[in-house]
Amino acid sequence: MRTKRVVFRSLWLPYLLIAPQIAITAIFFLWPAGQAIYQSFLRQDAFGLRTEFVGLENFARLVNDPLYLKSFTTTLVFSALVAGISMGVALLLAVMADRVLRSALFYRTLLIWPYAVAPAVAGVLWFFLFNPTIGIAAYFLARLGYEWNHYASGTDAMALIVIAAAWRQVSYNFLFFLAGLQAIPGSLTEAAAMDAAGPFKRFWTIQLPLLSPTVFFLLVVNLVYAFFDTFGIVHATTRGGPGNDTAILVFEVWRDAFEGLDLGFSAAQSVVLMAIVIALTAIQFRYIERRVEY
Amino acid sequence: MTAITLRNVSKTYPGGVEAIKGVSLDIGDGEFLVLVGPSGCGKSTLLRMIAGLETITAGEISIGERVVNNLEPAERDIAMVFQNYALYPHMSVRQNLEYGLKNRRMARDEIARRVEKAAGILGIAELLARKPRQLSGGQRQRVAMGRAIVREPAAFLFDEPLSNLDAKLRVQMRAEIRHLQRSLGTTSVYVTHDQLEAMTLADRIVVLNGGVVEQVGTPMEVYERPASLFVASFIGSPAMNLVPLQQARERAAIAGLVNGSVPSGLSTDAVLGVRPEDMTVGENGAGADAVRFAFTVTAVEAVGAESYVHGNLQGGAGDIAVRMPGYHRLEPGTVLSAVTAPEKLHFFAGASGQRVDRAGAAQ
Ligand SMILES: Nc1ncnc2c1ncn2[C@@H]1O[C@H](COP(=O)(O)OP(=O)(O)OP(=O)(O)O)[C@@H](O)[C@H]1O
Ligand SMILES: [Mg+2]
Repeated sequence: MRTKRVVFRSLWLPYLLIAPQIAITAIFFLWPAGQAIYQSFLRQDAFGLRTEFVGLENFARLVNDPLYLKSFTTTLVFSALVAGISMGVALLLAVMADRVLRSALFYRTLLIWPYAVAPAVAGVLWFFLFNPTIGIAAYFLARLGYEWNHYASGTDAMALIVIAAAWRQVSYNFLFFLAGLQAIPGSLTEAAAMDAAGPFKRFWTIQLPLLSPTVFFLLVVNLVYAFFDTFGIVHATTRGGPGNDTAILVFEVWRDAFEGLDLGFSAAQSVVLMAIVIALTAIQFRYIERRVEY
Repeated sequence: MTAITLRNVSKTYPGGVEAIKGVSLDIGDGEFLVLVGPSGCGKSTLLRMIAGLETITAGEISIGERVVNNLEPAERDIAMVFQNYALYPHMSVRQNLEYGLKNRRMARDEIARRVEKAAGILGIAELLARKPRQLSGGQRQRVAMGRAIVREPAAFLFDEPLSNLDAKLRVQMRAEIRHLQRSLGTTSVYVTHDQLEAMTLADRIVVLNGGVVEQVGTPMEVYERPASLFVASFIGSPAMNLVPLQQARERAAIAGLVNGSVPSGLSTDAVLGVRPEDMTVGENGAGADAVRFAFTVTAVEAVGAESYVHGNLQGGAGDIAVRMPGYHRLEPGTVLSAVTAPEKLHFFAGASGQRVDRAGAAQ
């Protein structure tokens, strides 16, 4: 792709034009990031009266903290489930919509709605649906013989936040999958049909391989989402419980800072998260730069 | 033995577009049939109906002995070459060729044998390990043909397979397709909008217009006795001159038309047709019964071995083009006369556009 080059006569005008963007990045990202790194080397007492430089001690505590390590595993399970479920459902819907396409504008509008819902609202929505006493979903599960209780069962609680988080992401994934499927020329599937490949065979041997760049892109996006953007859902529903069964990393960061008042420890966790997101983004950029690989 | 038969076949797309309106055709075993017509006339639709990629609204299609209306594309024992080749981009050339055979659970050694054979015929043996994106347009075209050949189907279907190639390669591939089809003897239906391609490839041509068949015939029949005004204007390059007969006579743009050389009972809106290559400028070789056209030169197109002189018929009775061998420079405004033999004239009824023959003219 070629981009148009604009030549500015004035030297400072281009800088002025990108200044707001730079300012926002600086205020809301660079400055807090710097603060987090700085804080991660410090220890404050619970009243914020004394601060001392402790080097890498906060990180050493992290590595040896069984709760933190458990949170890591929880996050990995959670993210894998969210990415897997939201992408799986989205792909299924996209394949069906692709079939009937020309009239799919309707589906597209319908399916983009969940994405417009804030994470906390999505959380609360599902929270009520699954509320053991008043939730309709919990009621139906009970009728089916399953006693749903995410206050007592760690599995139920995990299922709840996975559903709430995955649901919100389905619409986004759907749009990308649909666009990807639409970009595959119809004659390819027609040629495959003449080559005696049934619908399932066509999907596995033609459409899915051609969709692999989209799959990879969405995988990274969804992992980043599950890692970082799901705080609202956890906060609004399970608050990490029961026990620590749904305490994912972002939630731990918040809890250690605002409930545990252990700022240095929380900052060290943020730095680890930051490293993860940077790594994921870097992988993505590398891959996208190499373009579609088939 | 594979003949393909179409009986009153119609197609109406959802939304109401009537793409094919009652087409009947008998395609003989081993025949190379070319469907030709302008853009949007329904060629692809008809081909895709034979392939099973479009449903049949009405009528019946049989391939061999079987009525195939309700058979899946894979069950029809046909192979298709698509305009954009439709090669699987993530598979090597070999995998592309093997795909249809593997799906049919053919034995491995038979698959290998067929792939080697097809690759040999098409000269793509060295390309088998490559991906489609590593091939030139012409090579992709060959692979697309290879994918059809390995299947050893009862019939080949081609949808404008050469239209993405440059002019020179197109001529070369045209010859190859013709040769290949002859040597394999496989019944083939070939769609093109290029009348030159149709003329050079076909055993028989089907001229399609607006979803109906205008004429079916050998290339020579279609060229020498176009059945309608539409066919007359579509087949032949440059197109046949078509002149309103009465107007041309009244304004004395045509001389020498005796009653015997004009069909009797022509309506007043009849159209006279004559091909540029059937006319000569000047009196050279004009017979006693020659028909003369008087016109004023407007432009000359020189294409090397010959020139086409374009002009206005006398009295503004219409436009005309005449072929002259060799290179000529004529000033616009020059008044010329061109002659032709009466048997080279075609007549069409104005309203219906149908051909009208002179009494006693050879059928
Ligand atoms: N899927 C479709 N839905 C509705 N109408 C269609 C569809 N496909 C084709 N048509 C219409 O049917 C008619 C015939 O189309 P078709 O593609 O067969 O033309 P064609 O002769 O192959 O033209 P071209 O030379 O441009 O390929 C056209 O009027 C076209 O607009
Ligand atoms: Mg077409």
